[in-house]
Amino acid sequence: MATTALPLEHATHAEAHELSFIQKYIFSTDHKIIGIQFLLMSMLFLVVGGLLALMIRWQLGFPETAIPGGALLPETMAPDGFLLPEFYNSLVTMHGTFMVFFAIMPLLVGVFGNFLIPLKIGAPDMAFPRLNMASFWVAVPAGIMMLAGFFVEGGHSGAGWTVYAPLSADPEWTGVSYGQQLWLLSIAVLGLSSILGATNYITTVVNLRAPGMTWFRLPLSIWALFITAILVLLAIPILSGAAIMLFFDQTIGTHFFDAATGGQPLLWQHLFWYFGHPEVYILILPAMGMVSDVIANGSRKPIFGYHSMVYAIIAIGFLGWIVWGHHMFQSGMNPTLGMTFMISTMLIAVPSAIKVFNWMGTMWRGNIRFHVPMLHAVAFVAMFVIGGLSGVFMASTPVDIYIHDTYFIVAHIHYVLFGGSLFAIFAAVTFWYPKMFGRMMNPTMGKVHFWLTFLFYNLTFFPMHNLGVAGHMRRIYDPSQYEFLQPLAGINQFITVNALLLFASQLIFAVNFVVSWFRGKRATENPWEDNGLEWTVPSPPPHGNFAEVPTVYRGPYEFSSPDVSEDYLPQTTRLATDRTPAAGSEGGSA
Amino acid sequence: MSWILPPGVSTFASDIDFLYYLILIITGIAFVIVEAGLILFIVKYRERPGRKAYYTHGSTTAEIVWTAIPAITVVTIGVLSGGVWKTVKGRNSVPPDALPYGVLVKQFEWNFTHAGVDGALGTGDDFTLRNRMHIPVDRPVVMRMTAEDVIHSFFVPAFRIKQDAVPGMEIAVWFEATEPGEYELACAELCGIGHSNMGGTVTVHTAEEYSRWVAEQSTTAALR
Repeated sequence: MATTALPLEHATHAEAHELSFIQKYIFSTDHKIIGIQFLLMSMLFLVVGGLLALMIRWQLGFPETAIPGGALLPETMAPDGFLLPEFYNSLVTMHGTFMVFFAIMPLLVGVFGNFLIPLKIGAPDMAFPRLNMASFWVAVPAGIMMLAGFFVEGGHSGAGWTVYAPLSADPEWTGVSYGQQLWLLSIAVLGLSSILGATNYITTVVNLRAPGMTWFRLPLSIWALFITAILVLLAIPILSGAAIMLFFDQTIGTHFFDAATGGQPLLWQHLFWYFGHPEVYILILPAMGMVSDVIANGSRKPIFGYHSMVYAIIAIGFLGWIVWGHHMFQSGMNPTLGMTFMISTMLIAVPSAIKVFNWMGTMWRGNIRFHVPMLHAVAFVAMFVIGGLSGVFMASTPVDIYIHDTYFIVAHIHYVLFGGSLFAIFAAVTFWYPKMFGRMMNPTMGKVHFWLTFLFYNLTFFPMHNLGVAGHMRRIYDPSQYEFLQPLAGINQFITVNALLLFASQLIFAVNFVVSWFRGKRATENPWEDNGLEWTVPSPPPHGNFAEVPTVYRGPYEFSSPDVSEDYLPQTTRLATDRTPAAGSEGGSA
Repeated sequence: MSWILPPGVSTFASDIDFLYYLILIITGIAFVIVEAGLILFIVKYRERPGRKAYYTHGSTTAEIVWTAIPAITVVTIGVLSGGVWKTVKGRNSVPPDALPYGVLVKQFEWNFTHAGVDGALGTGDDFTLRNRMHIPVDRPVVMRMTAEDVIHSFFVPAFRIKQDAVPGMEIAVWFEATEPGEYELACAELCGIGHSNMGGTVTVHTAEEYSRWVAEQSTTAALR
């Protein structure tokens, strides 16, 4: 079963090394190559999403000035460099769409789910390598379709990334038909990619763990990716189903979400957020897991409260299913439900707090090495706290009446997804880069990039809280239409300038990423002196990862153990006191 | 850049504002504790040669403390919020003597049907104004709101009220203004190309002024 599903090339070719370039790097079944493919693709979409954000910011900061380079945009988007309101709505929609579905989600799940799971559990590859290859190559046409929406008649979807019906359901309301349809098809196809990936991750973690890799010896990154995969598997089909229903509303007039003919506009919101809230945790759990690995490494200390951390991941994964209504407090949903959803939402603060305090507990009395991944990981904790705390405001239903659909929400989501997820992604990319490419990234450039990003990130997003407190609505093309928003124009300009600088700072990362790939210092097997199984194999690891099946003797966070003189103790090191794992304690049945 | 809410001029504004400031203080304290702790640890426990980190896997007591304190805090906030929520938006929250308004929302306008002199909707002296709503001070008003095309959201920051208007649903939402004046109304839900131009005003009159105004308007309506 699992083992027979390993690449057929092994059977058909005498030597795995004779794979052609195309088999090795394009249609590869190697989880590491697929992870890198996802990395390159999602970084491309990160840039696209960033550019869209800059256009949004330009409009809000300097509506009287033509957008620089705006001459390149067609008349249907920005005549003479001035954005049209319908294009602005498309920008708002597509910035969110690309960042959530094509950047952050694949960066966390597609990249690190693929790259880390087999390496960290001691498996030669995923359980289903061909399915894995399919999951990437299904995502590519989804991305192309999503990009194509900009170039079709009527422009791209302008209904927000949440594509609320009926605005999204009938071209009559927006003038957008093909754009919205491509959006929906792309999401359904991308969903297939996610489902294939998730099935693979779950099967792999359950079945292919090395001998001795018990559940409670799994790194927290793997726990988080495992729980995330379960969320993906259960949540994505709901989105796909809803997207297909909306597609039928758009094209063949099914009227699922059209009130005039018996449909229910709120049904879309329930379906979308029933997917959408687990999605929020899909976008943060892997980040939390990987940050845990980096913080333990940087602090040279075992993770504080490993079991609590595992249970907190599981609790967040579970509670994530019963909080979706907090997006709908002001939607006209039964107000009694508002009470229920408020309490469940408040409760989710508890496992989040547990995680924050355990990260702090890990740093407490540590011997902290501030390598670049650690800087990003600590920034993750510092920023995620702000995103978590601002969540309490909107969880309180009465306060939400005021701040719902304002920039307070925009600030909150960016503290969680940029301050949280993206800083974690920077931590993870810089941490595992040597394992991926066999080269070290330049640490000086890494530090400069970190500090500039940290500074401009906060100057960009923190003032958005204040905009929200002043009542500034989100998704507004022209705030000057409202007298009460006119005094906020200065803050909007300030934010725009900092957003431009934030984007520019990312060039340093891009240069470091590309140049290090070819010119970076050669990486040793274990440059960060870590304990995980991936650091026992060459950088980059060969096809099949492990020369022989590794045996695991302990958990992944045995830093500064009194048993050894070094301050780290790899999971595979056998001490005199360790016994060979009995057959029953094996992780997988290979 | 301020954390102070703009002046609130409805009966429940002070309750909502109280909760906001309460949460601001609690989260502010949590924020300072965590960030100060992080900075302290970063400085105090930075790497020094020849030193090993303290080898520990955690503390059950600590876990219990930092599970219980946040849990109690957020549940308390939840319970306090629940009371206010019930007053503002609960199922039976609309005061029985509230002056009724019919609100039909569509791209990109608000149509407010005023009840006229008799204070009842569906009678001959009703009249409808576009993007303008007139209400008396110190008297609860209830809007029966529906949308014709897509979802919109009625948002008057000064009254601390926001409610989506949804096609196919009639949603009742009430508020009571406490200061005469003219207040801006905004659409808070992305509703299409004209979304950011979908503003309006709510004029709050003193009781006498309102009676006079509504009588005038009803007469004009009757003449039409």
